[in-house]
Amino acid sequence: MIWVVIGASSTIAREFARQAAMQGAGILLAGRDRDDLATNAADIATRANVPVRVEHFDLADASEHIALLHAAQSFANGAEINLFLAAGTMPAQTEIDADPGLAAATIVTNYTGAVLLLQRFAPVFEAQKSGTIIALGSVAGDRGRLKNYVYGSAKAGLHAYLQGLRARLVRTGAHVVTLKPGFVDTAMTWGLPGLFLVASPAAIARAALTAAAKKRDIVYAPFFWWGIMTIIKNIPERIFKKLNI
Amino acid sequence: MTRWKSDRFAGWGRTAPALARAARPERQAELDAAFASAREFGATLPRGNGRSYGDAAQVTDGALILGTRLDRFISFDATTNLLVAEPGVTFGDILTAFLPRGLAAPVSPGTMYATLGGALAADAHGKNHDRAGSFGAHVEWIDLLIANGETLRCSRDQNADLFRATIGGMGLTGFVRRLALRLASASPFVRVKESRIDDLDEFFEEFAASRDSATFTVGWVDALAKGGRLGRGIFETAEYAPDAAQRPPGLRAPKPIPFDLPGFALSAPIVRGFNELYWRRVPEAGRDGIRALDRFLYPLDSLADWNRLYGKRGFHQFQAVVPDGTARDAVRDMLEKIAATGNASFLAVLKTLGGEGHGLLSFPMRGVTLALDIPNVAGADELLSSLEFVARDAGGRIYLAKDSHQSAATFRATYPRLAEFESVLAEFDPEKRFESDLSRRLGIRGRPA
Repeated sequence: MIWVVIGASSTIAREFARQAAMQGAGILLAGRDRDDLATNAADIATRANVPVRVEHFDLADASEHIALLHAAQSFANGAEINLFLAAGTMPAQTEIDADPGLAAATIVTNYTGAVLLLQRFAPVFEAQKSGTIIALGSVAGDRGRLKNYVYGSAKAGLHAYLQGLRARLVRTGAHVVTLKPGFVDTAMTWGLPGLFLVASPAAIARAALTAAAKKRDIVYAPFFWWGIMTIIKNIPERIFKKLNI
Repeated sequence: MTRWKSDRFAGWGRTAPALARAARPERQAELDAAFASAREFGATLPRGNGRSYGDAAQVTDGALILGTRLDRFISFDATTNLLVAEPGVTFGDILTAFLPRGLAAPVSPGTMYATLGGALAADAHGKNHDRAGSFGAHVEWIDLLIANGETLRCSRDQNADLFRATIGGMGLTGFVRRLALRLASASPFVRVKESRIDDLDEFFEEFAASRDSATFTVGWVDALAKGGRLGRGIFETAEYAPDAAQRPPGLRAPKPIPFDLPGFALSAPIVRGFNELYWRRVPEAGRDGIRALDRFLYPLDSLADWNRLYGKRGFHQFQAVVPDGTARDAVRDMLEKIAATGNASFLAVLKTLGGEGHGLLSFPMRGVTLALDIPNVAGADELLSSLEFVARDAGGRIYLAKDSHQSAATFRATYPRLAEFESVLAEFDPEKRFESDLSRRLGIRGRPA
């Protein structure tokens, strides 16, 4: 089997690719930073005796999606294709509020690009009648909030899309995991105030692989975020709208 | 665009946390950006996993650049065993990836969480120093980001002065982007021979008998034992056991210590009792057995954050080496001073070292090294100073990766190649961009504290 890892420069994707390779999967790293991906590829090849390839890829540019699909098929060479989608950006809400262009970019990388790419790949999964798609959602998508609502709304949209895609693919034998990490210790959150219960990227990657193996549908990582988000989702809107979170 | 995080950073002993900003690049290009951005904050310093004990990896009001996310293997050549890696790779990473192939780091400090960058900066040594030397001896080359923003390949043939200054240079020469380390043959298990030692003289006899033949040697000393029992402890030697028919070990998940222990937990009676039990653990006739390599090399790693045992005030770690000629008297003197204060310390470590390191500030010399924790309580200052003077007067020196206390005068008197080191810094970092709390305290960049 192979994993196509999208947004492969992120540390969650880096850890995921390492761990999947240690389990014997071939790895196709797709992302924008070719130099950095080459380093990640070298890292994987040094750790594990698996095929590794790098593809330049920009999720925001839908015209590149078909090329990635072809690259994945040629790399897989008949083996099962699996997909780990970790591309995304999380600009500060204040920056987005000051720049409408940034709102558009946030929606494109976190939602539109993901949907268009998965639409391209869905027939591959239908045809192979197996394989797993793991897409990174976010607890931010569970409820719109003051500090993060454009990013959160894009992730909320992605969650809904993944539910539908899951229903579409389950009929064929393929599977979709919606992984909702809480705070993760990555460049995205480095130095941000107000974080708590921050998980390591390696722990999120482990949770992703476990979810895929167990064919879980929607997974919070770490698991206790399910409880936190259940509380947050149940705060009445007339109170929640006044909260400074 | 580099995002800086303001936080308190301390050494593993947690005695003197420093406020600083930190960036944590995840890609090589981000390292350059962070280093350029750091200019506005004054002094800059690389930092790894924070496993040095004192103030070596912190710089008050300065900018730390963390190497922990530059943690990738770059290449491995199976014919030469040369591993090229980024500085944030840890000894645990190497163990996981290479022990199944019969290879390990040739020299390893006492924790698998130490990074390669940190081990190079400290020119770390392990339990095999007599025969293997220290870490820097196994590094073929480094790519070093220096003060002017350039990256230089440094080796014994190329920029050799910078290479020698960086080995053991405590991060003051620049940021290591990549290094090439020659791995050594290893196996997942070692055969460990343990024997009870009744006093210090017996320790020295055991060291003399095995230091040039055994692969690993280490002694654990009961630092609270006095009088006729002074220097009692356990002596261990170990050899690789390639035929051990046991399943290769996975790395153990450490047990967490979720909170700082209260002060009385390490009161003298409790520690005395612990040391007694530890000593009696080994039968009088000695014993030998098979142990997983990681358990042997990293016994303390089975407790995550064990530094919390010492509570909020933290602890000093004292480690000095004294040359063979004066070792017996000096170590006795040190142990007497420690036992007299009763400043409770868990087992102290006694080891032999084989010779000088390759770095200008390398710690090792042929002799005997004593390392122990000293809780940061009243009287610790006086004890540390008295130990420092014993080491100095015996012709020894104090390990910078452990040090939190020695005086600039002792440091200058005991590191004979310091002037050479300072002239390399003057040439490659004339603006003094790289500094640490340690370099300030010891006056390495000409500003004695």
